Amino acid sequence: MKHSAFFWFVLPSAIAMLLFIFFPIVSVVIQSVHVAHEQVIVEVENCGPFGCTTATAIDQEATAALRAEQPLGRFAGLEIYKDRNHLAVTQVGQLWDQSTGIGDFIGKLMNLPFYKALGFTLTYTFVVTPLTILFGFVIAVAVNSAARVLRGPLIFFSLLPNIVTPLIGGLILFWMVDARGVIGTALRWLADDPSLSVKADTGLMWIMLMVYGVWHSAPFAFIVYYAGLQTVNTDTLEAARIDGASRWQQIRHVVIPHLLPLTTFIALIQLMDNFRVFEPIISFNASAHATSLSWAIYNDLGGETQQLTSAAATSVLTVIGVAILLSPVLVRTYRSYGKA
Amino acid sequence: MASKAQQRPLALQIVLLITLVVWMAAAAFPFFWTLWGSFKVEADFFSLADWTNALTGRMTSMETGEAFTAQGYYGAWIQEEFWRATLNSVLVCLFVVTISLTLGTLGGYALARSTYRYAFWFLLIALIFRAMPPITLVSGYLPVFFEWNVWGYLPTAIIVLVAINQPFTLWMLHSFFKNIPQDLDESAMVDGCTRFQAFRHVIIPVMWPGVITTGLFSFLLAYNDFAVTAMILDKQNQTMVPKIASFLGTTQTKGNVMFAVAAVVSTTAPLFLLIMFFQRQIVSGLTAGAVKG
Repeated sequence: MKHSAFFWFVLPSAIAMLLFIFFPIVSVVIQSVHVAHEQVIVEVENCGPFGCTTATAIDQEATAALRAEQPLGRFAGLEIYKDRNHLAVTQVGQLWDQSTGIGDFIGKLMNLPFYKALGFTLTYTFVVTPLTILFGFVIAVAVNSAARVLRGPLIFFSLLPNIVTPLIGGLILFWMVDARGVIGTALRWLADDPSLSVKADTGLMWIMLMVYGVWHSAPFAFIVYYAGLQTVNTDTLEAARIDGASRWQQIRHVVIPHLLPLTTFIALIQLMDNFRVFEPIISFNASAHATSLSWAIYNDLGGETQQLTSAAATSVLTVIGVAILLSPVLVRTYRSYGKA
Repeated sequence: MASKAQQRPLALQIVLLITLVVWMAAAAFPFFWTLWGSFKVEADFFSLADWTNALTGRMTSMETGEAFTAQGYYGAWIQEEFWRATLNSVLVCLFVVTISLTLGTLGGYALARSTYRYAFWFLLIALIFRAMPPITLVSGYLPVFFEWNVWGYLPTAIIVLVAINQPFTLWMLHSFFKNIPQDLDESAMVDGCTRFQAFRHVIIPVMWPGVITTGLFSFLLAYNDFAVTAMILDKQNQTMVPKIASFLGTTQTKGNVMFAVAAVVSTTAPLFLLIMFFQRQIVSGLTAGAVKG
């Protein structure tokens, strides 16, 4: 394809991505190193019949002028990144000195908002991703063994949790798990504890959020594995059988090697998606027990006072996290596409 | 095909069957339960005293005289004007899908046909953009949108969603176009077509399966989005998902939970139909990256 033809064909989508993805990223980085101007304070002397007093007042005009002159705010460098709501450098140092052991340190670290969010995000990502792969595989094998006429409906219902809006899927589960809901009742009966409530317990809430995560993502892994199972080479399987391979050996040496590249694909997509976990925290109203990086950004932006700078700093830190997670994907894509 | 050696032992059959039954219950039951419960009053859907109330609708018959009630739906659609949110969602999805596909087919086609190195870099950058959580971009939008006074309007949300959709659309369409034989458009160009004429008359007629699949996923992305639409639409212009979230903020007043339940069911219904009619395309779309990439 000629250069000029290529240029005109990709121009519209290139402009869209440049304006609404690339520039915002740049803008977020710039915002994260600026803070809003403080108000300009002036000292005013009030003299009355009983002597003079000095009072401080806000110079509205000067403040407005300063803000108009530098709309981005004052350059703050990495100040925002180091404050208590983000990396909390000083606090972490103090905690390190005070705490008695590594467990104690991590426990205290979880009280700082950024580390609380990071802790949950990472736990969620690294618990949900392997479980998704495991469950997806088991379901794929089970569906593959079902009668052919049943497979259509089975796939239909399996897709539901994945296709339905995450916020809505979360709400549906949340209402059932509510102490007055049907699963909540079942849990209380099972645990034989009439006061059991998922909403009130941090541990249970974490488990519930992860159960939601697996429920939501397992269908994706299932579909990919199921498609993979359809293309297992039957000749190889038959040859293995003739050579006396047991059922387990056939799976171990023929099916699993065939599905391995799919596993890397699922794992990478899932790592990316789980790292941005956000909607279930809203649906489960779980922010008292569990927060995530995405939730922290949302919370900064949506509060009474929009804390754009704070949100921008968290955004940058999140993007750095994504970049670390993504590096294997990039290397893989580079290898498979770059040479072709 | 089913030779004796392939027959599964009974124990394995049973384990597989149990897995299927448990998974089907986990996947489908919550939706049917919520659908059923949406026609009850709050005291039945959330019953501390006796969970079977949700099935029998005891409180519902006491309060309304019938075992089923459409109060939740009335409250959500009429009283809280959920129809407005639905209309907004329809508009957003329609425009996002149309614009995404228009830009995406042009770009995807060029990326699939170009043999130069920069096409590969273009795709790689798109992949990086695809990995960005959309919410991280929002704090970049807000100051600019406030400054230009475009915050809160549907067209703004549509353009933003189109842009966020682009990387994914490009990747998907690129892999579909790769599967259309290159000889097809090249022979048209040998016959004197320009590149665009070849695209217009030869490629467009055969590209629909790929476009429909990609369109489905663009639709899902726009329909399911919460992070972006919640942040850049004002109350009047909210789409369905942020609207449901705003019902939750006021759940304390009695009855409002049932509004949210009714709205949730209303929002899920179109997705249900979508999977029913386009199951094959959705499956092929979900596996597209895995099989080829």
